[in-house]
Amino acid sequence: MTTDSLTVDDIKARTRAFIGKFFKNIELQDDEDIFALGFVNSLFAMQLVMFIEKEFGIAVEDQDLNIDNFRTINAMADLVKGKVL
Amino acid sequence: MAVQQTAELIKEEKKNKSVKCVVWDLDNTVWKGILLEDEHVTPFPNVVAVIKELDSRGILNSISSRNDHDLAVAKLEELGLLEYFLYPQINWNSKASSIKEIAKLINIGLDTFAFVDDQPFEREEVTFEIPDILCIDALDGEKILDMPEMMPRFITEDSRLRRQMYQSDISRNGAEQEFQGSNEEFLATLKMVFTLAPAQEDDLQRAEELTLRTNQLNTTGYTYSYDELNAFRHSGRHKLYIASLDDKYGTYGKIGLTLVECGEEIWTIKLLLMSCRVMSRGVGTIMINHVMNECKRAGRRLQAEFVSNNRNRMMYITYKFGGFNEVNRIDDLVIFENDLSNIQPFPEYVKVNILD
Repeated sequence: MTTDSLTVDDIKARTRAFIGKFFKNIELQDDEDIFALGFVNSLFAMQLVMFIEKEFGIAVEDQDLNIDNFRTINAMADLVKGKVL
Repeated sequence: MAVQQTAELIKEEKKNKSVKCVVWDLDNTVWKGILLEDEHVTPFPNVVAVIKELDSRGILNSISSRNDHDLAVAKLEELGLLEYFLYPQINWNSKASSIKEIAKLINIGLDTFAFVDDQPFEREEVTFEIPDILCIDALDGEKILDMPEMMPRFITEDSRLRRQMYQSDISRNGAEQEFQGSNEEFLATLKMVFTLAPAQEDDLQRAEELTLRTNQLNTTGYTYSYDELNAFRHSGRHKLYIASLDDKYGTYGKIGLTLVECGEEIWTIKLLLMSCRVMSRGVGTIMINHVMNECKRAGRRLQAEFVSNNRNRMMYITYKFGGFNEVNRIDDLVIFENDLSNIQPFPEYVKVNILD
């Protein structure tokens, strides 16, 4: 369990760092809706999906490309966790 | 559908290998004499005319010259020619390496280049390094305008402005690299104006060109001929919108196209595309949101078609994240539906003009 929670923390930290490059000056909470922070920008969405795939070595399938899977840091961590574990 | 016909045209164009950029040598090619030996060199008037005509056809010009950089740039400026050349490479490197650098900077394939030089040795070296390039003897300079490779299928307002649009992009990219704030803050500094209007007859050549040239930001890849597009304008069952974008650096031209088929119960977005030049501008969803608003007002259901070409995943994500759900999949064709319950406002960093 310890290893799992560490991994999830790691996923969250790396994801938060990536998103932080787009939304500067915002302290992003794990359950905060990133799409409520600003306009849903296609390029940002694409970069987010590609970041998740490359950073964690997973394939995001069409059925995973649901906005709810990318809405919060928690949701993205769940998606990645479900694939790597 | 005339997809077949258009595909034939594309093949035809490929066979003719239309040239997108002509790279010029300077000494004894653009001007008579050698600059380092004679500071009063004079340009060949016919070559200057060729350069200007290519520019107005939307074919870019650049330079690969072994010369003293500052001296040559000053001379080009004095002659009023400097502005016609994108990313001129004036240095002591090999011409092939200069041409490769230009291709990288403009971001177009080397097989769309032509190179003009008076020295057979230089042309041979370039051909050896870049076999797909078209090499032209400076003596044949006058014939350039009549070569099939130099004749685009049509010349639109956007082709005429192409070089200036690339030059504006150079300024923008420089500003973006220096900007310290967030991406959204940078976009706000551009003072963008996005204009969406029903396509007019004189937009149709550009509209056809967009369907042919756009791969990445294209939802279905359907191509339509000028005549088909014109029929949509008059059909009463279709809406054909064209979008343009401007900012403080100048115009991006006509950069987006949407075709909606308006059925009794259901409206279907058949095609939605944007030029890759505006990919990082955050304006992609404006067209979709406008169609959503219109459809809701008309009291119809909204569907959208999507066909993957392996390069247009961003458009799949755009639909999915924009509240479109897959309702059907027939081979490569995906049918989305949006229940129109949640329509985003337009982004704050861009002014949106909707014309009727």
